[in-house]
Amino acid sequence: MLELEGVDAGYKDLQVLWGVSLRVGEGELVALVGPNGAGKTTTLRIISGLLRPTAGAVRFRGSPLDREPPHRIVEMGISQVPEGGRIFTGMSVEENLELGAFTARARKEKAQSMKWVYQLFPRLEERKKQRAGTLSGGERQMLAIGRALMSRPRLLLLDEPSFGLAPLLVEQIFEMITEINRQGVAVLLVEQNVRAALELAQRAYVIENGRIVGEGSGDALLSFESVRSAYLG
Amino acid sequence: MSTPVAQSLASGILVGALYGLAAVGLSLVFGVTKILNVAHGELLMLGGYASFWLFTLMGVDPFAGVPLSMFALVLVGLIVYQLLFSRLIKLPTEDKIRNSLLIGFGLGLILQNVALRLWTADNRGITTSYAGATFTLLGVRLPYVRVASLVIAFVFLLTLQLFLQRTYTGKAIRATAQDWEAATLMGINVHGVYRLSFVLGAALAGAAGTLVAVGYSVEPVMGMHWTLKSLIVLVLGGIGSIAGTLVGGLILGVTESVAALWISNYRHVVGLAIFILVLLIRPQGLFGAKEG
Repeated sequence: MLELEGVDAGYKDLQVLWGVSLRVGEGELVALVGPNGAGKTTTLRIISGLLRPTAGAVRFRGSPLDREPPHRIVEMGISQVPEGGRIFTGMSVEENLELGAFTARARKEKAQSMKWVYQLFPRLEERKKQRAGTLSGGERQMLAIGRALMSRPRLLLLDEPSFGLAPLLVEQIFEMITEINRQGVAVLLVEQNVRAALELAQRAYVIENGRIVGEGSGDALLSFESVRSAYLG
Repeated sequence: MSTPVAQSLASGILVGALYGLAAVGLSLVFGVTKILNVAHGELLMLGGYASFWLFTLMGVDPFAGVPLSMFALVLVGLIVYQLLFSRLIKLPTEDKIRNSLLIGFGLGLILQNVALRLWTADNRGITTSYAGATFTLLGVRLPYVRVASLVIAFVFLLTLQLFLQRTYTGKAIRATAQDWEAATLMGINVHGVYRLSFVLGAALAGAAGTLVAVGYSVEPVMGMHWTLKSLIVLVLGGIGSIAGTLVGGLILGVTESVAALWISNYRHVVGLAIFILVLLIRPQGLFGAKEG
């Protein structure tokens, strides 16, 4: 479904990704883990069209992505929850969700989508008229995920959804992600919380210094020696 | 019954509403694109001239002609945006700010000089048959024309507010102003939003220009004066609040007008003094949100 092949990318004079190749199949939950600064966020930015690769190819369901403007990529079915969620704090919860359904395709199903999101995150429904800026950290993250779901994505990209959240909330969020995947949305999960991500994912990639250094099933990587020592302590 | 102060207060309110309308276009463009279009006053000037010529050559009543001058400015805005500002938008922030000021000033100079060449430096006003008529309210003399302009300015501001708060496109504009990357991740065509905001700002400048032409006068060099007034109102009211812009405009208008009773030759200093004071004491403006 999603294919990156030999992607190089960088900012100005700094190359950040070197020959990155990965794939996400229909309905899969794939994790991309690695230390801070490894290039995980950059990879997601490439997929969403916020950054162009300097080499290599990016394809979604056969169509090349690397020349498409970001809003077109959303229309094609890829939605990203960026790092920190980046909800629109000046608007209400409901308005944030409405904006998530901005594309023509999503707008038609807006009412249904909202019902779906409220089902997954009942807390959001309780607060739907509240200004998003008044939500707690966990609620903001839920809103960010809900908002991304409003565009009815076929592939959901998540950039460190657990960041800055208390362990109990992290568990809840991850449960939701599993549920969303179970309902048919493919997920590419970028995480620093390696153990949790590997337990969740069917498959995972390990990225270090801009290069993919490992790939395998979640369980296999969990038991892989170097991953254990490097990240799990 | 009328005191000079009451009369000044009234004049101040009438001109203040126009200050607000003039500023709101600039506020919209700056808030969304983060580009300060210092040629904004020249767009207002063009709107004024469009109405003046429509009236003089074709007898179009200026108030009826507001949509026409707005349409003319939509065209000008599109051209200016496509040729100049659309390239700026893509630059990184520092270059964007530096270059946009240079380009804005350059554009302003060009428009000013084109106007000078075409229409001479003479002051022009639109003198309709009802131009001088006044009525008296609470002892204060009010020209019909300026009161109508006030009402029209209010209507425009209210409509803009409703547009931004209630429509999908309006919300997309607000979202882009807040966080353009997050907005683009929603599937919002951010470049389209930039273009729309710029054109809307130009159209509002055009409307303001028409009202200025009919209530006061126009001349090719008025641009900078109005850009300055708009900037003061922006600082006073804060960016991102239409109510703030209106209140800022009214405060500026009234303060200037009342101060003119004592310091008539230096009335415009009042605006500049307000500008500096607000920046020192409350930089986000009366209604602006604090950074971070």
